[in-house]
Amino acid sequence: MTTARARIALAAGRAAGWASRATGRGAGTQVSGRVMLGIDPQLLSEVVGTRRVALVSATNGKTTTTRLLAEAVRAGGASVATNHTGANMPAGIAAALAREPGAEIAIVEVDERWLAKVIDPLGAELLVLGNLTRDQLDRMGEVSAIAEQWREVCSTHPDVRVVANASDPHVVWAAEPANPTWIALGAPWRGDAATCPRCAALLTWSADRFDCPRCGFAQPDTPHRLDPDALVLGGERIPLHLSLPGSWNRMNAALALATAVLHFKVPIGRAVAGISGVDVISGRFSTRRLPDGREARVLLAKNPAGWTEVLRWLAGRDAGVVLAVNAHLADGRDPSWLWDVPYELLRGVPVAASGERALDVAVRLDYAGVECFVEPDPLVAAARLPGAVDIIASYTQFTHLTKRSW
Amino acid sequence: MVSRASAVRVGLVFPELLGTYGDRGNAVVLVERCRRRGIDAELVEVAAGAPIPDSLDVYLLGGGEDDSQVMAAAGMRESSAAIERAQHSGAVILAVCAGFQLLGHRYEARGGEQLDGLGLVDMTTAAGPSRLIGEVVVEPDPSLRIPTLSGFENHGGRTRLGPDEHPLGRVLAGGGNGVGGVDGVLRERIIGTYLHGPVLPRNPALADLLLTWVLGRDLEPVDDRLPDELRSLRVAAATATGWRARVRDFKLNRG
Ligand SMILES: [Zn+2]
Repeated sequence: MTTARARIALAAGRAAGWASRATGRGAGTQVSGRVMLGIDPQLLSEVVGTRRVALVSATNGKTTTTRLLAEAVRAGGASVATNHTGANMPAGIAAALAREPGAEIAIVEVDERWLAKVIDPLGAELLVLGNLTRDQLDRMGEVSAIAEQWREVCSTHPDVRVVANASDPHVVWAAEPANPTWIALGAPWRGDAATCPRCAALLTWSADRFDCPRCGFAQPDTPHRLDPDALVLGGERIPLHLSLPGSWNRMNAALALATAVLHFKVPIGRAVAGISGVDVISGRFSTRRLPDGREARVLLAKNPAGWTEVLRWLAGRDAGVVLAVNAHLADGRDPSWLWDVPYELLRGVPVAASGERALDVAVRLDYAGVECFVEPDPLVAAARLPGAVDIIASYTQFTHLTKRSW
Repeated sequence: MVSRASAVRVGLVFPELLGTYGDRGNAVVLVERCRRRGIDAELVEVAAGAPIPDSLDVYLLGGGEDDSQVMAAAGMRESSAAIERAQHSGAVILAVCAGFQLLGHRYEARGGEQLDGLGLVDMTTAAGPSRLIGEVVVEPDPSLRIPTLSGFENHGGRTRLGPDEHPLGRVLAGGGNGVGGVDGVLRERIIGTYLHGPVLPRNPALADLLLTWVLGRDLEPVDDRLPDELRSLRVAAATATGWRARVRDFKLNRG
C-alpha cells in the first residue's frame, strides 16, 4: 500500500463512504469500494499486501461463518481484518481490508459468483466452502454452473488449501480436485441436489450420506463431523454452546471452528470461547424494540433452504411471526419458492403476511392451513400481533428494516 | 369422469427433478380445493426413478434445470405407455415449462443435442437466443370460460405447435411459447403452459377446470377472495410493466 495512486484511491474511497453514510444512503462500504477500485484497479492486491488470506463462500451462512471464523482466529491471538458488514464483492472487500491495514490475517467473505475473480488478486491461501443451493434463480442461473466455476478454481490452484462441507454434493464436486479437509455438516436441505454432478444420475440419500449408484461419486469419508450434540474433530468431541439461534448456525459454527483449529491451529478451547458469545451478525439476529415497548427479533431468510431452517426454529418458539417478502432483483423476482418452504410448520402460530408480496404469502399460508392477516408494513403487522414477535424478512425487506428507525 | 367412490389421486411426477419453481404448489392447491368441497383427495408423489403408474387422476409435470430435464425425460419415456393409458381412460395432465416441453416430440438444445419427449402433442421446442423471464399474462381460449391467467416465466425455449394444435391462450404480456404470440397448448384433458408462479395458486379457475375434467361435474364455489385479489394485482403489475417496456422500446427506436 505504498503507491501514491493507492493512497489517493483509499482517501477518495473513504470520503465517498463518509458521504454515503452522512446522507443516510447506506453503510458506505460498497460505494467507497467502487470509488477506490475506479481509481486503482490493482487496489485489491495492494490493500491485502502480504497478509495471510482466507476466503469464505456459500449460498447460505457465509456472513455468519466469516464472522465466527474471524472471532475464533482472533481468540488464537492473531489480529484479523474482515468484511464484517457482508459487503462481499470486490469493492466492498477492498474497502473493508483498507480499514484495517495492520491486521496479520484477512478473513474475507466472498459472493459465490466472485470467488474465481478475487482469489488471485487477494493471493488467498485458504478457501472455506459451505453449501450451494438455489438462490434467486431468475438472475443467478443454475447452481451447477457455480459449482463448475468453483471446481475450476480448485483445479487450477493446487497450492491453495480448502476446507469444505462433505455433505453437500455440489460443494463436494467443486472442492474434490483440491483434496480438501472435509467436514460433514449434515444435509437438512436436499431439494437442489437430486442428480449427480458428475454423471447426472439420481443420487441416493441415506440418513447421513449421499451416493451415486451409477458412477460412484459419493460423500467423502472424514473424521470431522457435526453431530446433534457436539462437533467431532478427529477423535475429539466438542460440545457447542452458541448464543446464535438455530441448527443452521450450528453448521456455520462447526465449519468456522474446524477451519480455525485444523488450518489456523487455534487451540480448540480458545476457538470455542471466541465464538460462543457472538449473538448479532450484521443485524441478522438482532432484537429491536417496537414503539409499544415489546421486543421483535429480525431474521433474514433469502432462499428456500434458509427459510426452511428458520421455520423449524420458529416452530419451537412461543412468538408471533411476521413474514415480510419482497420480490425485487435482490430478493429474486419470482417468489414461487414460497411453495418449496414448509409453512405448515406455522399452524397454530399467530402470523402476519407482509411486505410488497404479502398477498403471495397469504395465499401460500391459506393453502398451508395457517391463519394470517395481511399487512404490507411489517412494523404495523408486528404491532398487531400479541406477545413476542419474530420478523422473518427477504433481503430487501431486511435491509430496509435494519436501516429504518423504530 | 364418473361419480367416484375413491379419492381423487393427484400425482406429482418426479418432484426432485421437475420441481424447481415451486411446482409442488399446483398439487397442494388441487388436493386442498377438493377437500374444501368435501371431496376425498390425495397427493401421490412419483419419486424420480420409479415407474409412473397408470392409476392417477391428475399428472402434474413441473419445471426443471437441464440435467434434471434429461433425467425426467428418460423416466417419462420409460412410462409413456402408462401415461397414455391413463389419459385415454380420463386422466388429466397439467405440464409446466420443462414438463410442457417434454409433452412434444423433442427439445433441441443450443449445441444441437436433441432430447426426445413423449410425443403426446404435435410440437417441438428449440432453445432460443435469450431467456424469457418475468410476469406473463395470458388470455385463455374462450371455450374454457375462465378469466385472464397470471404467471411467471423463466425459460429459454421457443415452442412451435403443429398445425392441428391449439394454444392455451394469447399472450398479453410476457413471452409464453416465444412463437406466434401464444402460450402453451390445449387439448382434451391436457394443458401445457410456461406459466409458473406456481400457476394454480394464482389462477383458481384453472385449478377448478382441471378438477371439473376429472370429476365430470361442476363444482360448488369456494372462498377465492385472496387468490382473486392476488391475480388481479399480478395482472395489473405485468400489464403496466408491459406498457412501460413498450414506451421505452418506442423511445429507443426513435433514437
Ligand atoms: Zn454419478
